[in-house]
Amino acid sequence: MIKRRLNIRMSGLGGQGAVTAAHVLAMAANRDGKFSISNPFFGAEKRMAPAESYCRIGIERIYDRGELVFPDVIQVFHPQVITMGKSYTMPFYSGVKEGGVVIINSAQPLLSDEDVERLKDLNVAVFYIAGTELAIEVAGTELSTNMAMIGSVSGITKCVSMDALDGALQERFGKKFVASGGTASLDEAIKKKFAKKEMLLAKNLATVKAAYEIASEWADKNNVELRVGNPAVAA
Amino acid sequence: MAETKSIIGTQNKKGQTYTDAWKLLNEAPRTPSFFTGSEVIKEAIRRASCDVMIAYPITPQSEAAALIGELFAEGYVGDYFRGESEFAVMSQCAGAAFGGARVFTTTAGPGTMRAMENFPMWAGSRLPIQMIVTCRGINSPLSIQPDTLEIAYLLNTGMLVWHAETAQDFFDWILKGYMVSEEPDVHLPLALCCDGFFVTHTKDVVNLTPADMCLPPYDPYRSPVPCMDMECPPVRMMRDPFVMKSNYISYATHASWQQEIWAAVERSRKHSIHWLNGLIDAENTDTDIMIVASGTAVSQGREAIRMLEDEGVRCGLVKVKTLRPWPEEEIREATKNAKHIFVPEFNVTGWLAKEIKATIPNHHRVHAGPHVCGGMTMPPEIIVNEIKTALGMKKSFVMAGRGS
Repeated sequence: MIKRRLNIRMSGLGGQGAVTAAHVLAMAANRDGKFSISNPFFGAEKRMAPAESYCRIGIERIYDRGELVFPDVIQVFHPQVITMGKSYTMPFYSGVKEGGVVIINSAQPLLSDEDVERLKDLNVAVFYIAGTELAIEVAGTELSTNMAMIGSVSGITKCVSMDALDGALQERFGKKFVASGGTASLDEAIKKKFAKKEMLLAKNLATVKAAYEIASEWADKNNVELRVGNPAVAA
Repeated sequence: MAETKSIIGTQNKKGQTYTDAWKLLNEAPRTPSFFTGSEVIKEAIRRASCDVMIAYPITPQSEAAALIGELFAEGYVGDYFRGESEFAVMSQCAGAAFGGARVFTTTAGPGTMRAMENFPMWAGSRLPIQMIVTCRGINSPLSIQPDTLEIAYLLNTGMLVWHAETAQDFFDWILKGYMVSEEPDVHLPLALCCDGFFVTHTKDVVNLTPADMCLPPYDPYRSPVPCMDMECPPVRMMRDPFVMKSNYISYATHASWQQEIWAAVERSRKHSIHWLNGLIDAENTDTDIMIVASGTAVSQGREAIRMLEDEGVRCGLVKVKTLRPWPEEEIREATKNAKHIFVPEFNVTGWLAKEIKATIPNHHRVHAGPHVCGGMTMPPEIIVNEIKTALGMKKSFVMAGRGS
């Protein structure tokens, strides 16, 4: 399916970098010459509390903002989004569009039979990726989980190029970034994991790439196609 | 006047060139940047030749306030400090403005409410302070999400009140705001509002003017009332309150001064039209159906209009840019052909719809809604459904959204 706009909802927990992931993805889409906006949604800024972010990518100017009620792609950054209902919508896939994709960061299946059935009825494909394990393996830290999530959504939808992601990561982490106290301390934490800033950028990009390849392969194998473009031209 | 003009073309200590404001905003080259609204506030203030910024943390303006602290560290802002509370901040802003400084501050939600006593005082004292209001819920239970109820409280303070739709509006209007506020026949504070998070925390493309060009500095001698000499204490912050005389002339003076404040708000009209290219933006005013909105509701309205167009329904749009001064004539003219006027709002009371109803003839045409509140988002689908319901059209039960 080719759509004029791709709506991506990222449901995560505080500290996982869901907000950063949406910003980086939107920055990359902007670098690719697409239209994009991203914004977060959270309550009190604290670890493990529900935190969501949204990234909209399209071929025309985007006005819509705020919480994404009708997403094409839902990314679950943490199993507790599903198992403990740490989500702003119940069930977590509420509002998902027909033909959409759900990407879950988990090595084990988490959905009930009923959930599986309902998503099947909506023709929504479900992709599990062990994103945290991948982040630990490739980058050596679970703090790069959000990179695995960026890679997986990019691998399935091809909504951004790897060059643009590389540029966006450098823009975000290459210089001092002032946001909230929570974000600042997490930035400090991840910088301490790597000897040099170049290493941080290289390992994070490697995590993005590894997830991209796994997700891309899955999409090819299962004939899942969800792209941003002009449907009129494509038809 | 002469002072401000003779400084144009010279450089400040950061090497920025003082540039004629009209040229800076309308002729200088622009660079597209992909920034959050908070970063855009910082970039506007970098170019605003601000003397004093006073900060106090409250979501969702804290990020902008912290970023301006960075600017101060870099030397772009004359002075910067954190007040003890929002009430203190707004009082300190008054002190700085009394002393002849160009003053900037940011606030939100309960903080705005806490500081409320100061706003009519600013207006009455003719202090052209600029205050960014990144709207958030004000009532219990607590919310940090956008809700525009606090704007309703600002409408009768005597301040100018503008409502930005996007970060681009913010960038331009922060700079233009000082130009309007500081006119001698206006000389009033400006509350420049936006919906928190939807603007402050959203990354979007914003076209920025060159960083090496800045506004001419504020000239306090253009004030219609004498500025205070802050170096010769005791400083008299207020003239003798008239009420202390307790005679007829004291009340008459107070009454006439209030009239003068609102006359000054009216006089800001021509300057606002000049700088903002009109108090409203209107599109397709020949249609039967119009959406009239301010802030983020305008953006959601634009999406709704696209969705209706896909179904063959034409709908016009009025973006209300200034709430004070209120664009009465403009709204009346733009809605004269409309049979149905929809007013989507991010608050529970529908204050904008009430203002519009009080403005236009045949106000039964106004549909006050849809409303969301407490920080809920407003998907364009619910605007579409509100319109379809009013027109007796079949509603979309599967809300598919844009992009199929």
